[in-house]
Amino acid sequence: MESIILEVQNLTKKFDEFLAVNSLNFSVIKNEIFGFLGPNGAGKTTTINMFTGLARPTSGSLFFFGKNYTAHIKKAQEMIGIVPDESNLYEEMDGFENLCFCASLYGIRKAEREHRANDLLRQFDLAEAGKKLYKSYSKGMKRKLTIAAGIIHQPGILFLDEPTTGIDVASARQIRALIKNLNEKGTTIFMTTHYIEEAERLCDRIAFIAKGKIIKIGSIDELMEEAQKERIIQFSFDGTVQINKLEQDFNRQFSQCHFISITDSLFQVRSATAMDLMPFMSFFNSRGIKVMEAKIIKPSLEEVFVKITGIERDVMKKEKEGKKK
Amino acid sequence: MKMAIAFWNILQKDMRNYYLKPPNISWGIIFPFAWMLMFFLKSQTPVDVRTVLPGVMAMSILFGTTSMLSVTITFERRSRSFDRLLLSPISLVWLMLAKTLGAILFGIVNAFVPMFVALFFIPVSNINWIVVISSVIFIAVTSTFLGLFIAVSVSEVFEAQTFSNFFRFPMVFFCGLFFPISRLPVFLRPISYAIPLTYGADLLKIAINQNGHISLWISLSVLILFSITLFIISRRNIQHRWIY
Repeated sequence: MESIILEVQNLTKKFDEFLAVNSLNFSVIKNEIFGFLGPNGAGKTTTINMFTGLARPTSGSLFFFGKNYTAHIKKAQEMIGIVPDESNLYEEMDGFENLCFCASLYGIRKAEREHRANDLLRQFDLAEAGKKLYKSYSKGMKRKLTIAAGIIHQPGILFLDEPTTGIDVASARQIRALIKNLNEKGTTIFMTTHYIEEAERLCDRIAFIAKGKIIKIGSIDELMEEAQKERIIQFSFDGTVQINKLEQDFNRQFSQCHFISITDSLFQVRSATAMDLMPFMSFFNSRGIKVMEAKIIKPSLEEVFVKITGIERDVMKKEKEGKKK
Repeated sequence: MKMAIAFWNILQKDMRNYYLKPPNISWGIIFPFAWMLMFFLKSQTPVDVRTVLPGVMAMSILFGTTSMLSVTITFERRSRSFDRLLLSPISLVWLMLAKTLGAILFGIVNAFVPMFVALFFIPVSNINWIVVISSVIFIAVTSTFLGLFIAVSVSEVFEAQTFSNFFRFPMVFFCGLFFPISRLPVFLRPISYAIPLTYGADLLKIAINQNGHISLWISLSVLILFSITLFIISRRNIQHRWIY
């Protein structure tokens, strides 16, 4: 039987009349990376804060390792590792001191915490920076050290809040590799993210959250299943074509399919049933339209997300940029 | 044992990061020394130094502890490093005690700067050292918890300073240091008896000059009561404002 690390039952958080988190129900299984994907203000950070003890649930229950810690979250903090969305280490201390201090908060003795700190600095490629002041670190280095600080006490579950937001592409890639590596070594990870691609690349299971409510939850395959029922063929043409005329003719001839123009020279044909390419090629040829490329498009998680939540990618993107600013 | 390790390391970190920084050491020495010098210049005889010493010691502790603690906690809140402490398995009470002990020690050291200077001018005889030490400790604890109360009531560092002064300056004027309470208008006297510094300064007067006007035990009890009340309010405020 799969062992459940975190179980959430009807978890709700209200701020006066505002319902920030609305009756969440899900569980996180040992050794998985569980993603919480949603736009800004969806309730991701409030949810993490309730898990980690920075916010009190209005109602509902929280179980860690099968035990109810809703009213005694302090007692669960020993088993939890937290990496907040903004680095929160001490500017006046160096990397090594920061790690040792974080370990001491969990009651780890001096020799052991120094050993673990050195190990993590090496593992996170920060060995040379270990003796440099934290304030001199780049954003990417700060995030890496914050992750190291989150796991120095070897928690049963690690909560990562927007682990790659606001850092450069190379550092983000490095951090994703670190997360994957930690998971492969046995750390169960719960992460929130704005980035659909990141969730798709890293997570075993994903919950889509919007307006404080989980809209859909499942593995990537399960989430994609619905979208994969739709077949898509994309055609790119040589030059531009008159869309209106073509669309009318197409719909008349292929009533089972749905014709979508992406640009003046890029079109998609969607259908709920299997499609044969040849009739389309003949259709375009007969109208003197030269097809440069025809390919089968597999729906992305992004499309699934948009379809399920109704939140457009641009909204997420703008929020990401806003957050960075 | 785990709690003790966390407690000790929080204290050690605060001492190293804040209290033992050269600017704070010099401030901790210069500030009480300046107070002492000001009163010394005003004083005509060694007896006068002895008279002003309790007030200067009490003020040094009050300003030292409230400034340092309210600013350091507000600073850590702003940088979110205080969240790291709240997220650790150390209990809130132990965390608050660990955060305040550094300021208490800082206040105690501050108090002995004017005492050390004064000892060059006044005879050591007749000073009740047990009462001096216990008074200094109790004033430091009460003032530190006042600093804690201020820190958890504000969000910005500048607000912490402004709010501190809102408490500190009236305290200095009404605690009987500049004007004996008996010479204050009757309607202002309740204010004097409602502030902890009055009792702290009076305890030191008993210890150094044997001329306090409030019973030693009443002063000690009132300071303990103030400390407990401020600590409980601060704990409640942290639970409500920071763990939302």
